[in-house]
Amino acid sequence: MTDHQALAADLVVDGLSVAVDGKEILRGVDLTVPAGEVHALMGPNGSGKSTLAYTLSGHPKYAVTGGTATFGGDDLLALPADARARLGLFLCFQYPTAIPGVTTVNFMRAALRAQGKEMPAREFIRRLNEEMAALRIDESFRARYINDGFSGGEKKRAEILQMAMLRPRLSILDETDSGLDVDALRTVANGVTRLAGPDMSVLVITHYPRILEYLKPDRVHILNQGRVILSGGPELATQIEREGYEPIIGPVAAEAGASRTSLTGVVAEAQA
Amino acid sequence: MTVQAHELSKDYEYGFHDVDISVFRTEKGLSPEVVAAISDHKSEPAWMLKFRLKAYEHYVKRPMPTWGADLSGIDFDDIYYYVKPAGEQSRSWDDVPESIKNTFDRLGIPEAERKFLAGVSAQYDSEVVYHNIREDLEKLGVIFCDCDTGLRDHPEIFRKYFGTVIPPNDNKFAALNSAVWSGGSFVYVPAGVKVEVPLQAYFRINSDNMGQFERTLIIAEEGSSVHYIEGCTAPNYSSDSLHSAVVELIAHKGAKIRYTTIQNWSDNVYNLVTKRAIAHENATVEWVDGNLGSKVTMKYPAIYLMGEGAHGEVLSAAFAGPGQHQDAGAKCIHVAAHTTSNIVSRSISKGTGRTSYRGHIKVYPKAHDVRINVRCDALLLDEESQSDTYPYMDVNSPDVTVGHEASVSKVGEDQIFYLTSRGIDEQEATALIVNGFFEPFVKELPMEYAVELNRLLALSMEGSVG
Repeated sequence: MTDHQALAADLVVDGLSVAVDGKEILRGVDLTVPAGEVHALMGPNGSGKSTLAYTLSGHPKYAVTGGTATFGGDDLLALPADARARLGLFLCFQYPTAIPGVTTVNFMRAALRAQGKEMPAREFIRRLNEEMAALRIDESFRARYINDGFSGGEKKRAEILQMAMLRPRLSILDETDSGLDVDALRTVANGVTRLAGPDMSVLVITHYPRILEYLKPDRVHILNQGRVILSGGPELATQIEREGYEPIIGPVAAEAGASRTSLTGVVAEAQA
Repeated sequence: MTVQAHELSKDYEYGFHDVDISVFRTEKGLSPEVVAAISDHKSEPAWMLKFRLKAYEHYVKRPMPTWGADLSGIDFDDIYYYVKPAGEQSRSWDDVPESIKNTFDRLGIPEAERKFLAGVSAQYDSEVVYHNIREDLEKLGVIFCDCDTGLRDHPEIFRKYFGTVIPPNDNKFAALNSAVWSGGSFVYVPAGVKVEVPLQAYFRINSDNMGQFERTLIIAEEGSSVHYIEGCTAPNYSSDSLHSAVVELIAHKGAKIRYTTIQNWSDNVYNLVTKRAIAHENATVEWVDGNLGSKVTMKYPAIYLMGEGAHGEVLSAAFAGPGQHQDAGAKCIHVAAHTTSNIVSRSISKGTGRTSYRGHIKVYPKAHDVRINVRCDALLLDEESQSDTYPYMDVNSPDVTVGHEASVSKVGEDQIFYLTSRGIDEQEATALIVNGFFEPFVKELPMEYAVELNRLLALSMEGSVG
């Protein structure tokens, strides 16, 4: 694999402004995730984190009012969601949608085919079984309808399973840690770190620093009121864990996120 | 099963048709003379001619139904009531005329036959031209032939049951069929015989202004079981066409009959079908009924649960595209005690398409310990599409458990986004959601029918988004 060419590419977001139902949520976001790096985007509730994730993935409800976003030089904003996915973008949903009647197997095959990554049936099943085992997903999920009746944790694992099968070049994790217990969080985080590297960059969106203990971000960005107001190294996450958002963004804006942050501290203690 | 992307892109069109090669047809329109000509051409026994003429009288007397779908577009005088295709009935593939073979090739018939068919009887216009029964079925005493052959070669069984489940005076279209019927299948399964492979009939309309009035009669003797499958596709024509079939099933004590249909008439066809089954003691009857295409479909498979412990299932799926009305449903009549029925209906409307569920449940006073479950779900693909439900229940016994659930939903933006975020384009995403919605129906179908249905659905989805 010496001559293997790294697959990941740079994500460059420049001055991105976005409105939802006429209300401006993002107000000039600047953010660069260089190829192969893991970046964290943190911020209190309502700061626009999920809006950025959906906008980059191409949800039609999010109207871009200014700025640019490119991936490997390609203009993301000019493309529909499916074309962005075929470029190698993957959104790990906070609330994955159920598609009744569509089994995990059929869904995965349709997605692989759509992305030109179809493989022989035998190889597909072997890989699917391997990835499911690594994520501790029961075999019965192959024939279950995607996300239909899944628990919160099962949905998140199924998202990572899709990531593992599709091998995207950039994964955006939208609060993937929310609603997960400690064991599930570790399984899910391991699933991501296994793939992260020269072939896949990661933008992990979270309120809480906990998942970052596993994912070890190269950079941490703080989003507040629709703008990236501070960027730094991994120590920024540690600081937020210790002090909350308040010292960075002021008392009023921090209110929403603060109480939960302290709860995370309790869980982290219990873990230790 | 899901729709395959590469299949979506293929030029897959069932609107082809061959050069008309009919050798005998009655004049357009209906009269006692036409009825007699049909019977005469088939060299039928006197009782059948009498039956037909009597049915014709009923047909003339009965008014058009004033409920259900709009039937005002049918011009009964502009229809050929009988067309016989080239040559005598064929038994081997080599004997089938080339142009008919071309049609069947496009429908995948020879392929299906090679694989696992017990017998193929493909109805071409009003007459079965190709019919093949596997030898081991014959050894078991199973009769599987077209209805005309049934009348000629098995007169005693045929006459004993023909018209007993659906008498000619049942309704206007049953009367019409009884007067001019032709083709269809006759199946007889002796006591205790379990037919392991499905019996399949494949037919299609292939003549302009062709009315098709096939007649199917299936008898399952005590303790026997059989699965009969029919599927049809029709070419597109400019003028309206009428299809009015009658299907009668008789399941004797402990017998099981499953009847699977997928119909995809071209969108100028009026498809008005009477399907009814009698289930005797501990018998099971299952209607699996898929309706795509046609201009108007009116079809309500019925089960009369006459014996204690009888069970009935009606599983239906309907798709109504622009300008189409699928008025379908189910009818379960609980005459005896300890009987159960289960009705599952799924329908999809697209564009100006309209689906209606029309259900009739009746429980007689002496039928105690009866359980009934009805579930109907409708999916609307856009703003113009329409769905309505007419559940009718007539329960005269106190000891009855009835479950009824109904839902109407739309394809959600979030579902589409979820699928497209995985690289699947919007059209295929819609097809996946639609296929998923039909999954409870599709999973009951044999593989090649499931594949074909999903293809047809994918075709119907084309241009539905964007």
